[in-house]
Amino acid sequence: MADIPPRIAVRRTYKLYVGGAFPRSESGRSYPVTSASGVHLGNAALASRKDVRDAVAAARKAFPGWSGRTAYNRGQILYRVAEMMEGRREQFAAEVAEGVGKAKAHTLVSSAIDRWVYYAGWADKLGQVLGGANPVSGPYFNVSEPEPTGVVGVLAPGGSSLLGLVSVLAPVITSGNTAVLVASERAPLPAVTLAEALATSDLPAGVANVLTGRVAELAAPLAGHADVNALDLTGAGDLATGLEELAATTLKRVLRPGHDDWSDPDPGLSRVRPFLETKTVWHPIGL
Amino acid sequence: MPDTLPGSLRAYLHGLPGVDEVGVRRRAADLATRSVKTRAKRSAIDLAIRMVDLTTLEGADTPGKVRALAAKAVRPDPADPTAPSVAALCVYPDMVATAARALAGTGVGLASVATGFPAGRTSLEVKLSDTRAAVAAGATEIDMVIDRGAFLAGDYRKVFDEIVAVKESCGDAHLKVILETGELVTYDNVRRASWLALRAGADFIKTSTGKVAPAATLPVTLVMLEAVRDYRAATGRQVGVKPAGGIRTTKDAIRYLVLVKEIAGDDWLDPAWFRLGASTLLNDLLMQRTKLTTGHYSGPDYYTID
Repeated sequence: MADIPPRIAVRRTYKLYVGGAFPRSESGRSYPVTSASGVHLGNAALASRKDVRDAVAAARKAFPGWSGRTAYNRGQILYRVAEMMEGRREQFAAEVAEGVGKAKAHTLVSSAIDRWVYYAGWADKLGQVLGGANPVSGPYFNVSEPEPTGVVGVLAPGGSSLLGLVSVLAPVITSGNTAVLVASERAPLPAVTLAEALATSDLPAGVANVLTGRVAELAAPLAGHADVNALDLTGAGDLATGLEELAATTLKRVLRPGHDDWSDPDPGLSRVRPFLETKTVWHPIGL
Repeated sequence: MPDTLPGSLRAYLHGLPGVDEVGVRRRAADLATRSVKTRAKRSAIDLAIRMVDLTTLEGADTPGKVRALAAKAVRPDPADPTAPSVAALCVYPDMVATAARALAGTGVGLASVATGFPAGRTSLEVKLSDTRAAVAAGATEIDMVIDRGAFLAGDYRKVFDEIVAVKESCGDAHLKVILETGELVTYDNVRRASWLALRAGADFIKTSTGKVAPAATLPVTLVMLEAVRDYRAATGRQVGVKPAGGIRTTKDAIRYLVLVKEIAGDDWLDPAWFRLGASTLLNDLLMQRTKLTTGHYSGPDYYTID
């Protein structure tokens, strides 16, 4: 019997996720991603400012549809994302393990999926907690309701490649915002895998857009973009002050980087509330 | 002046060389890859703004909307006085009087569609009175549609005579002849219709009404630019080209400018000889212009919706 030739490996191309599609960077560039010990893991797309522009346009286009869905439906779709993540558990674990070791990786992946379910659950409960009827002195019925801000630029934390990523993305989109996320520069591969889970989970195209590349290159056009309504600077590092100044020129809502503890299983609404606006309606009684 | 065509119009139009469909597509795609950046991009954007026929052709047009659009045509970017005015405002005939009052003394042209736009399915008398009414109300440019039914049926004489008659009733107003290339099916037909309109005395040939898909495309515009170039070489008379419909982004507009330069030549790179029929395009041009000035991307929230 003749020898069976060794199978040629089918290597994965790590791409961006913009408007529901997986394009390469407009610039055609990529950069090598290595593990903590220097092993080459793959080449991720090196996005440019034009990819930021395209992603913002995709997010803007998706906003009316996503924010117009019922909160219950958004919650269901986000729960579906968690289901898809569960199916890719091994893949996530292998990618996360490059930074933290195999044993801890599985725990982190479980926490990340649980975190996603946590925020999926919040989708149809925000109105009750953050809004409600206001007692007013007059024959009026007065209600306040939280509404999504719009397109949110998110700089994912550099250190926590999956749990941190999920912890910043899910709270933004659960309330009806759309997001342009810049993944961790050092460890972008779990973000690409998450994008593949998002693409297969009924999440409308453009609701979440994932860019990989240099934070220093992508953050400025995102912060200066007039069509971005809010900014999460969690992964900005030293750039934060400059980005806040840029964001101020278009009066963006900004969430400053803090000392986040991603392991807290109940982070509450601290990352949801900054990207909401409150609408208050007066209504005559008796109609 | 209409040409007097010897012999049969059909024999003449069918004697035109056929269009190499694959070649035209390839050439248009090739030219579309050209990169225009920084200073060149800046002047291309300003030129494109000066070439825009800002258009509103909706059943829901109100005098208020026309006046608002007229103000935008004169001063496209209220925040930046260096942004040039557009070439013309394009409206339905019944809105011409309103638009003429709003544009008086601004130097912005006033185009009106006429002749039973967009289908053109009315009698010649109605088409001519439609045209006369628009000119009397103050239109300086008339956008007429050809009778596509007659053209496709091979009745070229009818189409020709109609253009001649409308041209006569235009008086001093410029006549733009809309070929509605989306309904002509082949590039050969586009070339024939172009030459037919040129010979009949059109001042401009225009691709589409914007009501039929596909509207303007690069290959169709390329065929029409070749026609006006060859027509000038043959007769000495220069005729303009106006792609309309489906041009929405700055990138699209710049592609058309590249096409004009490469196919027709620099003489056509002027609002008098090339126009872009569009409505949403203007906002994108302004956004790109702002980006070049400020360095930051702008958003649709900062520009008017219409």
